Amino acid sequence: MTVLALEQDDRRSAITDRRMILFAALAVLLVLVSILGLGLGATGVPASRVFAVIADALTGHVTTGGDALIILQVRLPRLLLGLLIGAALASSGALMQGLFRNPLADPGLIGVSAGAALAAAATIVLGDRLLAPSIGAMPFSALPVGAFAGGLITMFGLYLIATRGGRTSIATMLLAGVAFDALAGAGMGLFSYLSDDRQLRDLTFWTLGSLSGATWTKVVAITPFVLPTLLTMPFLARGLNALSLGEAEAFHLGIPVQRVKAAAILLVAVAVGASVAAAGMIGFVGIVVPHVLRLIAGANHKVLLPASALLGAALLVSADTVARTIAAPAELPIGILTAAIGAPFFLWLLLRRQGGLAL
Amino acid sequence: MSALLDAKGISYRGGGRLLVDAVDLSIAGGSFTIVIGPNGAGKSTLLRLLSGELTPAAGEVRLHGELLRSIPPWRLAHSRAVMPQASDLSFPFTVFEVASLGAEGIGRGLSRSDRQRIALDALALADVAHLARRNYQTLSGGERQRVHFARVLAQLQAGRTVETRQVLFLDEPIASLDLKHQLALLETAKSLARDGLAVVAVLHDLQLAAGMADDLVLMQGGLVVARGRPEAVLTPALLAGVFGVDLIPPALPPSPWMLAPDRSRAAGAG
Repeated sequence: MTVLALEQDDRRSAITDRRMILFAALAVLLVLVSILGLGLGATGVPASRVFAVIADALTGHVTTGGDALIILQVRLPRLLLGLLIGAALASSGALMQGLFRNPLADPGLIGVSAGAALAAAATIVLGDRLLAPSIGAMPFSALPVGAFAGGLITMFGLYLIATRGGRTSIATMLLAGVAFDALAGAGMGLFSYLSDDRQLRDLTFWTLGSLSGATWTKVVAITPFVLPTLLTMPFLARGLNALSLGEAEAFHLGIPVQRVKAAAILLVAVAVGASVAAAGMIGFVGIVVPHVLRLIAGANHKVLLPASALLGAALLVSADTVARTIAAPAELPIGILTAAIGAPFFLWLLLRRQGGLAL
Repeated sequence: MSALLDAKGISYRGGGRLLVDAVDLSIAGGSFTIVIGPNGAGKSTLLRLLSGELTPAAGEVRLHGELLRSIPPWRLAHSRAVMPQASDLSFPFTVFEVASLGAEGIGRGLSRSDRQRIALDALALADVAHLARRNYQTLSGGERQRVHFARVLAQLQAGRTVETRQVLFLDEPIASLDLKHQLALLETAKSLARDGLAVVAVLHDLQLAAGMADDLVLMQGGLVVARGRPEAVLTPALLAGVFGVDLIPPALPPSPWMLAPDRSRAAGAG
């Protein structure tokens, strides 16, 4: 018993230490890439100047100068948008994989992002036609609501199709997701056919994904959607851990399975809807980030969900910095970048799994 | 002893036929009940009805006199644990994490280190303590089964702080275990029954069932054909009727396999 007790203390401190190190490392990474993101771009700003401008803004001083304007009005909202969206996409991916008990599930792959984008496109094209005579252009805040509705309808539709007699078939849900994705693609095609030049540019923006339209208005519009979902997700961790044993086993362990599934679906729809509304479809963040973290820190959702949010934020901000600087002053849409890195990663995952577990 | 678990006239229909047909079954604490019968007799379905996973189409199940389907999952989890037939995990949880799932969120007044001790003790009892840091996905079928046994033991131990009259369900718990671990697992289940739990298991091995059960339930075609002490149920005539095999009497050896006392302790301490 003494040996067991010693071993237990040993293991507990080892586990706690590893978690502390992981979260500390992720926090440091996040701060570093944020400073880089603010400093780098078409106009370089040294880190010391970045700190000075932000300190001035926080203490209420009015800073003059072109670099202050670039940082406060262009790069800071873009940074915050990147942090929010990266965190939302990566933790939604982790949540969805836990819900579907499949490490390959991703909001971008099973049509949820596409459904949200389609609804956003409908808001742009149809909203302009219906509302333009009375109130002028669509207010931006209508987009997260529209995209959220699209994401929710898609998630809920998938869930209904895949659920028979209280049980959700994951395979059916993934396949139905592929069909939904194609359907949403057709809808996007139809809208681009109907749209004028300006609307067509906006639609292209949605399908490629980009943070280039970042403004304070967008940041303020999506924060009330993204922040509460990020803070709520960890409460589902125990339920998701138990769900990975199977729905019956989770029920036997006292988990209200249907309620956990419904909450997860709602949170994913809100987070993905808000992200798509602000930056279009940015794929693969939700697959790459949780997977890398599982390799480092294991599968426990209590660690995985918050860690995914941190690493997702860091990854998207770095990707955006690269997208802005690689061909400066021109910009690469960030969705192209994440897909170019993420798709081969996904294939590598598939190949690796064939050696181990069956899909 | 009063019945912990009481089923009255429960039926369940699946795939167009009656899987369980108007079964009455009352199970007392302190007994080891083993359900036997040929493939497709409805044994696992009966277990799932009794554990609350399925709701009977007709009839009712009561636990501690309370209607099973009106007990919320979190409260039910304190009164009964279920060991599944086979369980795959899609994520790389460690063995310790899987066992901890049994102790997390269950029980009252347990500190974090209490829960960790419960999980570690359960791993030791199921003889998988040496695998605690291993990735569950890399284990063999038998090792996985023992990890799940540890998980349900941890759940029972944590739940005991709230409810002592517990029920343990085991669905073919020894299907992929070697002889030593088969006997060790059944001995552990039996000692839980001696402590007052009601243990209900589905088993295929009639000789082990005969040696371990206080109470045998013989099923065929969704019906309970016979029930009682092993020697009353395992008669050549009944077995010939249910399994379609002709046996030379005596149908079973007079003394079934048992672990010698010191061996059983060694297996228990891991």
